[in-house]
Amino acid sequence: MGKTIIDKLWESHVVAKEVNKPDLLYIDLHLLHEVTSPQAFAGLREKNRKVRRPDLCFATMDHNIPTVDRFNIKDDTSRLQVETLEKNCEEFGIKLEGLDSLQQGIVHVIGPELGLTLPGKTIVCGDSHTSTHGAFGALAFGIGTSEVEHVLATQTLWQNKPKQMNVKIEGELGYGVTAKDVILWFIANYGTNAGTGYIIEFSGSTVRDFTMEERMTLCNMSIEAGAKASVIAPDEKTFSYVQRKTYAPKESEFIEKCEEWKQLVSDYDAVFDHVIEINASDIEPMITWGTTPSMCLPISGHIPAPESALSIEEKQSLESALSYMGFDGHERLEDVEVQHVFIGSCTNSRLSDLIEASAVVEGKEVHPDVRAIVVPGSQSVKREAESLGIHQIFQNAGFEWRDSGCSMCLGMNDDIVPEGERCASTSNRNFAGRQGKGARTHLVSPIMAAAAAIKGRFTDVRSILQTKDPEVNRYVGI
Amino acid sequence: MSGFKTHTGKAASLKRDHVDTDQIIPKQFLKKIDKAGYGEFLFFDWRYHSQGQENPDFELNKEETKGSSILITGKNFGCGSSREHAPWALKDYGFQIIIAESFADIFFNNCVKNGILPIRLSENEIQQLNNDRSDSVIHQLTVSLEDQQVVNELGDRFDFEFDPYWKKMLINGWDEISVTLQYEEKIKNYENERIVN
Repeated sequence: MGKTIIDKLWESHVVAKEVNKPDLLYIDLHLLHEVTSPQAFAGLREKNRKVRRPDLCFATMDHNIPTVDRFNIKDDTSRLQVETLEKNCEEFGIKLEGLDSLQQGIVHVIGPELGLTLPGKTIVCGDSHTSTHGAFGALAFGIGTSEVEHVLATQTLWQNKPKQMNVKIEGELGYGVTAKDVILWFIANYGTNAGTGYIIEFSGSTVRDFTMEERMTLCNMSIEAGAKASVIAPDEKTFSYVQRKTYAPKESEFIEKCEEWKQLVSDYDAVFDHVIEINASDIEPMITWGTTPSMCLPISGHIPAPESALSIEEKQSLESALSYMGFDGHERLEDVEVQHVFIGSCTNSRLSDLIEASAVVEGKEVHPDVRAIVVPGSQSVKREAESLGIHQIFQNAGFEWRDSGCSMCLGMNDDIVPEGERCASTSNRNFAGRQGKGARTHLVSPIMAAAAAIKGRFTDVRSILQTKDPEVNRYVGI
Repeated sequence: MSGFKTHTGKAASLKRDHVDTDQIIPKQFLKKIDKAGYGEFLFFDWRYHSQGQENPDFELNKEETKGSSILITGKNFGCGSSREHAPWALKDYGFQIIIAESFADIFFNNCVKNGILPIRLSENEIQQLNNDRSDSVIHQLTVSLEDQQVVNELGDRFDFEFDPYWKKMLINGWDEISVTLQYEEKIKNYENERIVN
């Protein structure tokens, strides 16, 4: 029987295999940020332990840094956390892209950008969206702080091998339908625990046709489907993305590595524990209406009413979500007004996301009742966008153009949505209170967020896309 | 960490599915750099109204659930963010055992690493645990990790599965890093063979 890409990634990292024990897996890359690492470093210090392989660790601060006047962190506890990361990296000899670095950004944006993220690696980070790096054919997953400490001390983790799921997506996506809509559609149809206990391989022609940025968006939100990790087989697109990145192998070593990476595919006779087949043409622009990512519908839909529930428990959860979101049920999604638009986060803040959204915004104005912000995923994305004049398109339309960070995705800095107000957000979680206490989050793609900013309410982006620029048309799938 | 033996305690019921770690502990409380004192922020937005007064309707604010050490909940508990502050808050509040239909993977691991026992039972079994009582109070439960069994006051027994490795780690209260450091030779060999760089 053949092996899946997941088997291959897993088996090549087993340090020790013993009866009645999980496998001891080697970790090739450990990404760190300021929120989930301080207690891990403190733990090392307490026991007088050192970091085993500081050269395989890489840190940045992203979660609670300001996106305006970034060196002036007003909140004392946030500042202490950032300073603590600086001190820990210095003490333990870990490379840090600090606030003053040209390479700083959201950890899941800069890993790939710098060529730290490579096919065949095992990658962990104290952050659930580490799944993003699976887009490169890496085995990448989020861990807690105890595990961060364990990896720092030993460069390994004890892991039981999860089950394996193949999610095959075939066919061409419709006009105005993006990778974000694909993953939202998947969660809407299969649920937030569809992937619990599994690693997913995303395969099929739709995934092969995706750019690396689109693949990252897809893998990023596999954690919202409960998956331990997700992975996409690396191909020529992966190799050419990785080539010439700062930390990627160079010249002959790169060519050798590519040969190795080409083996990272599921064999034709490999068997998965579960297979889901999706037809890309079924997918429409999606929008979440409730307080979990599975409470999600095509933009043409209506918000469900409590009487549609099939059980008492479902009715209760529906009622509580509707009440939090300020709905009665039955409302048309296209009638829902927004007060905030956030384009950013590790899901959708890469250059292509900003180019796509700017194509919708170009020559138009943000609705007067809307405050719209763009937070590039990294300072590099910001500079590249500025060199293309993308920032001007946004600014001319009335968007605020910010410095990079996690920002309004989770509102650990000042970028929060006030109680009772609504945000069209390109981020990944619409949990109650996520963007601020009482804030109402609707997850959408960058082009849907841009359309909402212009109209002041949700709207089917397909009705306002009218760009003639072929480069932009390629991005938005026209 | 002290080892996990048999535990008898009061159980509180939180009949909700998909409780995410943002609800268990909201983001504004993640800025500390130590592990202590998160209990007061547990379920903060559910426990307190906007102006800071206690929400009397929330299950854990009811007199009869005070002092609970076992939490019974629904599907997919602990989904979302990997923040270990969630189990730190649950433990600091007093919970030692969480019984749910299912757990999110990262949260499950985070519990085990902090000496909290996460137990998976079926929907029917959880219903049975919930039904033998009124509202949010359940009679006392006794949980034995050794026997992998939950017993209610009526003497009903509910077996649960648990990974043998983590069971041993929990029962003995071993420090996982110390255990792994004994594998140094193997780790070194692996590095030499693969030239990890």
